Amino acid sequence: MHGLYAIYRKEMGHYFVSPIAYIFIGLFLILTAFFFNAILTAVINQSFQMEMQSMQFGQPASFDVPAAVLRDFFGLLSTLILFFTPILTMSVYAEERKRGTMELLMTSPVSELEIVLGKFLASLSLFAIMLLPTASYMVFMVLRSEPMMPWRMLLAAYAGILLLGGSLLALGSFVSSLTENQLIAAVITFAASLFIWVLDIGRSSDSGTSAVLQYISVIRHYEDFTRGVIDTSSLIYYFSFIVLFVFLTVRSVDSMRWRRA
Amino acid sequence: MIEVQDLTKSYGDVKAVDDISFTVNKGEILGFLGPNGAGKTTTMRILTGYMPATSGTARVAGFDVFRDSMEVRRRIGYLPETPPVYPDMTVETYLDFVARIKNVPAERRSARIDDALKKTNLEDRRSELIKRLSRGYKQRVGIAQALVHDPEVIILDEPTVGLDPKQIIEVRNLIKGLAGNHTIILSTHILPEVSMTCDRVVIINKGKVAAVDTPQNLTSQLKGGQKIKIEVEAPERRLREVLLQVPGANRVEIDPERAGDRLAVTVEAAQGNDIRSEIAAKIVENGWRLFELRGVSLSLEDIFLELTTDDATHAQPSS
Repeated sequence: MHGLYAIYRKEMGHYFVSPIAYIFIGLFLILTAFFFNAILTAVINQSFQMEMQSMQFGQPASFDVPAAVLRDFFGLLSTLILFFTPILTMSVYAEERKRGTMELLMTSPVSELEIVLGKFLASLSLFAIMLLPTASYMVFMVLRSEPMMPWRMLLAAYAGILLLGGSLLALGSFVSSLTENQLIAAVITFAASLFIWVLDIGRSSDSGTSAVLQYISVIRHYEDFTRGVIDTSSLIYYFSFIVLFVFLTVRSVDSMRWRRA
Repeated sequence: MIEVQDLTKSYGDVKAVDDISFTVNKGEILGFLGPNGAGKTTTMRILTGYMPATSGTARVAGFDVFRDSMEVRRRIGYLPETPPVYPDMTVETYLDFVARIKNVPAERRSARIDDALKKTNLEDRRSELIKRLSRGYKQRVGIAQALVHDPEVIILDEPTVGLDPKQIIEVRNLIKGLAGNHTIILSTHILPEVSMTCDRVVIINKGKVAAVDTPQNLTSQLKGGQKIKIEVEAPERRLREVLLQVPGANRVEIDPERAGDRLAVTVEAAQGNDIRSEIAAKIVENGWRLFELRGVSLSLEDIFLELTTDDATHAQPSS
């Protein structure tokens, strides 16, 4: 596994030596901060209204502000990463192929699995680092809410976004391994991500196909996590998704040997 | 050290490499000579385990390049046509990365990197970003990368491309210095390179081996005849008559572009007869002024052209 670590190190170095990582983290931070502020304000206003109404009608107020913010904020994050992950993965293989460095990797004593996993884990790490600053907003909210929101809700939500992000990154890496053109890789990844996103569009109907499509949709499983629920079937879903695309990427990288370069 | 047997690589109907066989002994430098598109790169890619052959076998240090690919890759240093460098890395971090993926143990890594930098004369560039280096320096980084894990076999695809004449000499000396401890295959389409650096030459054309021998043997073997170049001041028609009378002279060619009254003449003679003194005697006899007279032996270049063009004319009717 020395090769995996070497490739992971190289990828991380590539992200952080070039401006890529800083631009990503910075942009992501600006957007999330703006939206967090907007969501928080909206939810608090809503809770005031609810409180007024409950006072009028004499019912006890039952509005969980932190949970609502958490749900809305992580819902928004999931939409944001739909735009970020294709750009993160577009160059993973496309660039190596274009530069001819793939030839170096593939004539070194490193297996395809090590190459693919090293690259995947590096992109996942950058993704996690990108998310890290948003935790500060959440911590602030958890500590200031009355009564204090349970930490495990927050952890479940982060686990969810990491799994969702990991799935999209695995998909994006696979697409990147198919083409030498980064733009094509980004566009196809975006389109494919969007497609599996909206698969659950027919969630209202209760036919058999609709149930299957809902299960396949990446976003459906994510919603459980944002409510603080870690469902085994969702875990299995995301792990299978990632394993499938890592496997496909390994096959695709291996097939480069058989294509005319 | 390297045994190639009936190796064939086809892309659809096109045979990029067509049934080639050769061996390379330990410590030897083998030159791969051929025009562009002859199959040099494809052969090297098969040897390094980058791509599988369609049929035939290749073994490096006793390991099959396809079945024991990992064992082969551990023992090979490879410089592809374009140096496989990452522009955002410094020379040193790049070599460190390569040393890691080539499985150089941590305690030997920095010594190996220093050694590779020293051999390729890159010591003063070690902390420079690769994208800031000139083409020649990038090429050297590519060579350093192939040496960093001290491999038994080094495969260099056109190692002197893009270098200036001084650097070319340095690289050739470096390659010669590596022989003995390492077995080296290098490809080139530059002929003098082969005669200067290689112990043996494989001339490859259209995917087939046209000849395998030492540069010296190739030169003498194919020396079908002797050429004599003369520079003389004489009347053209008379000169031709006189020269053709010399026993052994087959053909007289007079260069139509002349400098003043001097004629540049090439005389072709049959193998084995040195007719230089007779020519000189004839010229002096006629009272002409002789400026130059020298024998020219067939260069590797002529052999190469002979072999590759010969092959082309044979191949055309069949295809």
